Amino acid sequence: MKSYIKRGVIFLAASLVVFCVLFVLIQTDVINAYYSQILMVICINIILALSTNLIINYTGQLTLGHSAFMAIGAYASAFIQMNTGLPFFLSLLCGSVVAAVFGFLIGLPTLRLKGDYLAITTLGFCQIVVVAIQNIDALGGAQGLAGIPPKTTFAWVFFSMIATIAILYNIVHANQGRAMISVREDEIAAEAMGIDTTRYKIMSFTTGAFFAGYAGGLYAFLMMFIDPNSFNFLKSIDFVIYVVLGGTGGFVGCIASTSILTLLPEVLRFLGDLRMVIYPLLLIVIMILRVKNIRVTSFLRRKSGAAKPKERGEDHAAA
Amino acid sequence: MSLIEFLQQLINGVSLGSVYALIALGYTMVYGIIGLINFAHCDIYMVGAYIGFFVATYARLPFIPALLIAMLGSALLGVVIERVAYKPLRRTTNINLLITAIGVSLLLENGFNAMFGGNPRTYPGDILKQQTVMFGPIRSDALHLIILGISLLLLVLLNLFVNHTKMGRAMRATSLDKDAAALMGINVNTTISMTFAIGSALAGAAGMLVAILYSSLDPYMGMMPGIKSFVAAVLGGIGLIPGAFVGGIILGVVETFMAAINSKIAGAVAFVILIVILIIKPTGLLGKAVKEKV
Repeated sequence: MKSYIKRGVIFLAASLVVFCVLFVLIQTDVINAYYSQILMVICINIILALSTNLIINYTGQLTLGHSAFMAIGAYASAFIQMNTGLPFFLSLLCGSVVAAVFGFLIGLPTLRLKGDYLAITTLGFCQIVVVAIQNIDALGGAQGLAGIPPKTTFAWVFFSMIATIAILYNIVHANQGRAMISVREDEIAAEAMGIDTTRYKIMSFTTGAFFAGYAGGLYAFLMMFIDPNSFNFLKSIDFVIYVVLGGTGGFVGCIASTSILTLLPEVLRFLGDLRMVIYPLLLIVIMILRVKNIRVTSFLRRKSGAAKPKERGEDHAAA
Repeated sequence: MSLIEFLQQLINGVSLGSVYALIALGYTMVYGIIGLINFAHCDIYMVGAYIGFFVATYARLPFIPALLIAMLGSALLGVVIERVAYKPLRRTTNINLLITAIGVSLLLENGFNAMFGGNPRTYPGDILKQQTVMFGPIRSDALHLIILGISLLLLVLLNLFVNHTKMGRAMRATSLDKDAAALMGINVNTTISMTFAIGSALAGAAGMLVAILYSSLDPYMGMMPGIKSFVAAVLGGIGLIPGAFVGGIILGVVETFMAAINSKIAGAVAFVILIVILIIKPTGLLGKAVKEKV
């Protein structure tokens, strides 16, 4: 128990220090507006990647439709804020609750499916959401929703990310998290031990949808403009890539891979058009190297208190 | 909608569905043999269309030779992709393979975009003449019938190959149990390469046919047909060759009719059908539930 509190305090202190340093750098223009925007996108992506991580790595359910919840959260919170003038945080929460409700409703029937069937169904759901938004005129239709007030600041994004890390970390280290991991490891065995696997799958899915919706809200108020096509399944695949490259389970790996992969296209910008060729090429090379057990994040993970991944667990995560 | 209109739409639908079936076969065969959703498959379809385009435009080859060259080129590409990108990962988990496949897909799309530009191109107009065919009162486009004919021919050939040749038997054996097949003296690597070659050749043919039908091709043309064909494969029961065919036809017909009623939502119809069918029958239309042994 003591070490638990100690770890929490250290985590909070460290994040405060990081925040202060970044905040001063932004205020003094060492990090210019362009890079501070990228920084905020990284934080939002980390929230999304961690929520995907909960579903894919901890519960072992392959979802290719996570961006649908981001879209629902973004549209719901922006729509609510613009029409009712609700305070920023409340509209974000409303957006996330709407996303979570959708996550629950979608999870209920689809989580009976396994593996690739689930993957393609969630992908299909994602495309349905995109087409649905395109056909709702109140949400701007295919042209997208413009004129969203710029309310997302660095402090909001950063502390939302910290809160997400803390909450998800606690979930996966609580009873619920252990139940989710048991579902990933062996569904039949978990059921035999009296774990209601469907319940925990839906719980994980709904929680993931909640945070994705929250991140979507932050994204909407950061970009001031959202269009349905930017939330199609390719966006979901981005999150899956962050999660898979981050390694099984670990929070640190996931955060590191998200930061690197969000930055990478910006860093490669000097290559012009070739950047879009180099990125997938790097992805393939990294995947092949990774399987040959050369991992960028392996030394980081050893120090973090994240769940110890087992090779066996990895097999089941994708099964 | 009158009966004649209905029949016309039905022909268009079946023809579109047969294209979906051609692509879906590649997905389903690869899935059956190595358990991978080959995201790069839809880009092989795109590459097939490009090869056909270059051969038809610059070498001025007529339709049939251009189609054969497009199929051959796609088959080669499929085998190369399998050998270079997928083989090193074969012993790992599906999700690693999946990400690699997505990487290959992005690489092909963006690579073609960088090489040939994103502007849509068109096949030379004389490769297949636009003609109207009449069956009594039913009017149909000759292209639709040619596409339907070629697709059906390829499907029959594939069926003969898989069920009546030694290599076809090896493919079926490998998809049942890779290790046992290897113990029986089947060269698993060759068999997997062969599967990729055949699937890719079919996708390349489909790409060229569709590019001629819509008289347009661009580097990202494969994305939506690819996803929909995969939906078709899952719909029929993934891993099953007849399933891909049934799923493709159903999807093509329903989508054509929906497009006639309301074109805006036609894009989502495929996914709605998919979700409804999977909820009712989680293994697809023709799939049989396999009991998991504990």
